[in-house]
Amino acid sequence: MQFMLLFSRQGKLRLQKWYVPLSDKERKKISRDLVQTILARKPKMCSFLEWRDLKIVYKRYASLYFCCAVEDQDNELITLEIIHRYVELLDKYFGSVCELDIIFNFEKAYFILDEFLLGGEAQETSKKNVLKAIEQADLLQEVSQTPKIFT
Amino acid sequence: MSPSVPLQEMIRAIRSARTQCEERGVIQRECAAIRAQFRQVDNGARSHNLAKLLYVHMLGYPAHFGQMECVRMIASPRYSEKRVGYLGAMMLLDEKQDASLLITNSIKNDLSHSNQYVQSLALCTLACMGSAEMCRDLAPEIDRLLRASNSYIKKKAALCAVHIVRKVQDLGELFAPAARSLLSEKNHGVLHGAVVLITELCERNPETLERFRKTVPDLVQIMKGLVISGYSPEHDVAGISDPFLQVRILRLLRILGRNNEAASDAMNDLLAQVATNTDSTKTVGNAVLYETVLTVLDIKSESGLRVLAVNILGRFLLNNDRNIRYIAMTSLQRIVGTDHNAVQRHRGTIVDCLKDQDASVKRRALELSLALVSASNIRSMMKELLLFLSSCPPELRAQAASGIFYAAERYAPSQRWHIDTILHVLTTAGGDVRDETVPNLIQLITNASELHCYTVHKLYRALLNDISQQSLVQVACWCIGEYGDLLLRGECQETEPAQVTEDDVLDALETVLQSHMSSPATRGFALTATMKLSTRILDNVDRIRSIVSIYGSCIDVELQQRAVEYNALFRKYDHMRAAVLERMPVIEKNSPGHTNGESAGEPMKEIQPPKVKQGEPLLPQQPANQKDGVTLTLSCEKQSDSVLTVTLTASNSTDSDMSSFTLQAAVPKVCLSTSNAKEAFSVRTCTYSRLCKTTQSYDALSYDEHQSVRGKVWSIRCKTTNYIREEENHCLISKINKAVAVFNKKLYHFPPPNLAFNSRC
Repeated sequence: MQFMLLFSRQGKLRLQKWYVPLSDKERKKISRDLVQTILARKPKMCSFLEWRDLKIVYKRYASLYFCCAVEDQDNELITLEIIHRYVELLDKYFGSVCELDIIFNFEKAYFILDEFLLGGEAQETSKKNVLKAIEQADLLQEVSQTPKIFT
Repeated sequence: MSPSVPLQEMIRAIRSARTQCEERGVIQRECAAIRAQFRQVDNGARSHNLAKLLYVHMLGYPAHFGQMECVRMIASPRYSEKRVGYLGAMMLLDEKQDASLLITNSIKNDLSHSNQYVQSLALCTLACMGSAEMCRDLAPEIDRLLRASNSYIKKKAALCAVHIVRKVQDLGELFAPAARSLLSEKNHGVLHGAVVLITELCERNPETLERFRKTVPDLVQIMKGLVISGYSPEHDVAGISDPFLQVRILRLLRILGRNNEAASDAMNDLLAQVATNTDSTKTVGNAVLYETVLTVLDIKSESGLRVLAVNILGRFLLNNDRNIRYIAMTSLQRIVGTDHNAVQRHRGTIVDCLKDQDASVKRRALELSLALVSASNIRSMMKELLLFLSSCPPELRAQAASGIFYAAERYAPSQRWHIDTILHVLTTAGGDVRDETVPNLIQLITNASELHCYTVHKLYRALLNDISQQSLVQVACWCIGEYGDLLLRGECQETEPAQVTEDDVLDALETVLQSHMSSPATRGFALTATMKLSTRILDNVDRIRSIVSIYGSCIDVELQQRAVEYNALFRKYDHMRAAVLERMPVIEKNSPGHTNGESAGEPMKEIQPPKVKQGEPLLPQQPANQKDGVTLTLSCEKQSDSVLTVTLTASNSTDSDMSSFTLQAAVPKVCLSTSNAKEAFSVRTCTYSRLCKTTQSYDALSYDEHQSVRGKVWSIRCKTTNYIREEENHCLISKINKAVAVFNKKLYHFPPPNLAFNSRC
């Protein structure tokens, strides 16, 4: 995968994960153009499109668009499954996730993504294991933040 | 829940800003506060501040002042700070930033940290934004982790290694042994990572590929386990056990089985099993089936298996889900060359997809349909394609039009059908056709000599109907100019003859000339057609003269030049007019002297470099024409990129001198002002002072004196300038063949060979 974008129906970016080295300016340009292109598509259209020289796979969940750019050899249908798995993970973590959860806890959305995908590829295919790892990491974070009462 | 309240407060504050300006104000204040905090000593709220900055960055505001803070946070011993620090590094630092190198050491330390979640952070960051140098530095560490750690770390190390190999190909060798041993792990995450790593290694190095072929039985075994095994709640997705792993294994098998009989054989049964047993009611099943089909079609599979695969694609084509139809067509496109007949069986469904609402599906259907056109189905396919063209989205029209032309050219059952088809396309989508269409069509028409009458009638009617499609109008004008006499004669075998008078025809051409819809190129065509009619009609020559002279003061330079020259043709060179304007010869395709007939006036979007080298003659010398001891020959040379030199050589082999001779050559001129090659004639008059022994070349301007010396050879060179490409050179040459020489007050007419000498004293 080259990058994943989450954006609202108004075109506001809620998450962007880039797996290829591009400058900030280039990223902004790509995001802007791609978001426009996808928002212009009608609801029943194909989830796949060829845009510039990339293969784009996108799906809309409630008010959020999940959009991935994959390589030529990548299987588009399994990418849809990857997107779906990520949504399920968010849902399990936040308990019936909605866009606001992702806005106000964006860093957690990133942490969850980073436990599911690494370097653009899926690293863990078991939902249970991903959630367990996040839980443990969260616990570790809490412990490290609690000030030491006893010296 | 971690106390990130300050972050959420800030987010709330930003979101409640009602205008962009207000939002900017809030953000500026926050950034200032964050900057101040960064400068302070560790105050326990560092991670919150960085998180705030990252949010601001996501909104699109600059955040580079946070880069050093990321570096510091990553080095902190606190996990909470490391976590946000690494996240910041992945968002703010990319390999092009200098600061990214500073974290290499931290990453190195964290890779050996006692806590696996810290190691995980380091691995994730390296895999996301590690530069080539960082990868080289840390590769040995990764290799170590690949061999000796727990599954949680191993799976991440594997994907990290993938990233390293993508950045520094040579390091692939380092990871190959470890990758091999990972295949015997039970943990799905590790297996998945291992398969991805092996895939990457094999794709990049053919030797590695050879070595890993031995793993095919192991992979088949793993896959069998997934397919046959009972329900495994941990990895199940809609009844399929770990589809992600299945898809990756299938992809690896594809690479290993390609071009290798033995490997392909070993996986044959498995592929058949997966293809038949996988449940295709949900997307996830179809994803696995799709990958299976791709693999079957790419390896050396048995024919039975191939048929099975193509049938699966056929089923996909009938699926209600548009996505499935789309990928079915993408796959069929790949095999339409090799398994043409198998794909032909599904032609009906594919053609139906031309009517789908979705533009991506339409595009795929168009490409496939064009690939499936053959001699046996050309008529029915063309009907569908033309129907598609009349209602297709604008971005596909050019592709559809050129695809139709190509198919028509290859499989046209008759010339008339061919011409009809092209005319149909021009009437429907004339604005989207490529530039070569007009000259190609003209050539086609010229060559279909039995159909000239039919064609000119059809085009005349089309012209009366609609003069907005420029390519159609250009072809129509050209035809009327060439074959106007056939139109006026009123008899036609193939179609209803029209009662057309000379005035009608001239009216039509004048309408084109005067219409604001006509492009300059089109008007050029119309003017030349009008001029040509002067030799084909009987009564209205005066009208033509007046039209031509009006345009002598036209504001368009090209039209003006043509009109002036045509006027000159009327006035000073009337004796040559018939010869100059006579019918164009039949053009042979791809013969060196002739290419696409008229150098039609389409604007060239790209300049193609002429292929002829300098100084090389473009044509062998034309056979000499001899009369009364005078021999005239013609040759052409390319002098430079923009100058073509035509040399007419005459030799006097009589016993006496020749005097008072004039050479007049009608040489097609190429427009100087634009890059359009146009059909135009200009007459250069050259006279010679004397005939001398050596060949002398003269510019194509006038020379006055006339005296010749016995037995000598002289020649004249005419320069034509600004031609654009080789085909146009040949057009010029074919027209130069119509050069007329008046020599010694005798008119010599150059080839086309069948024409007799005209002489006039």
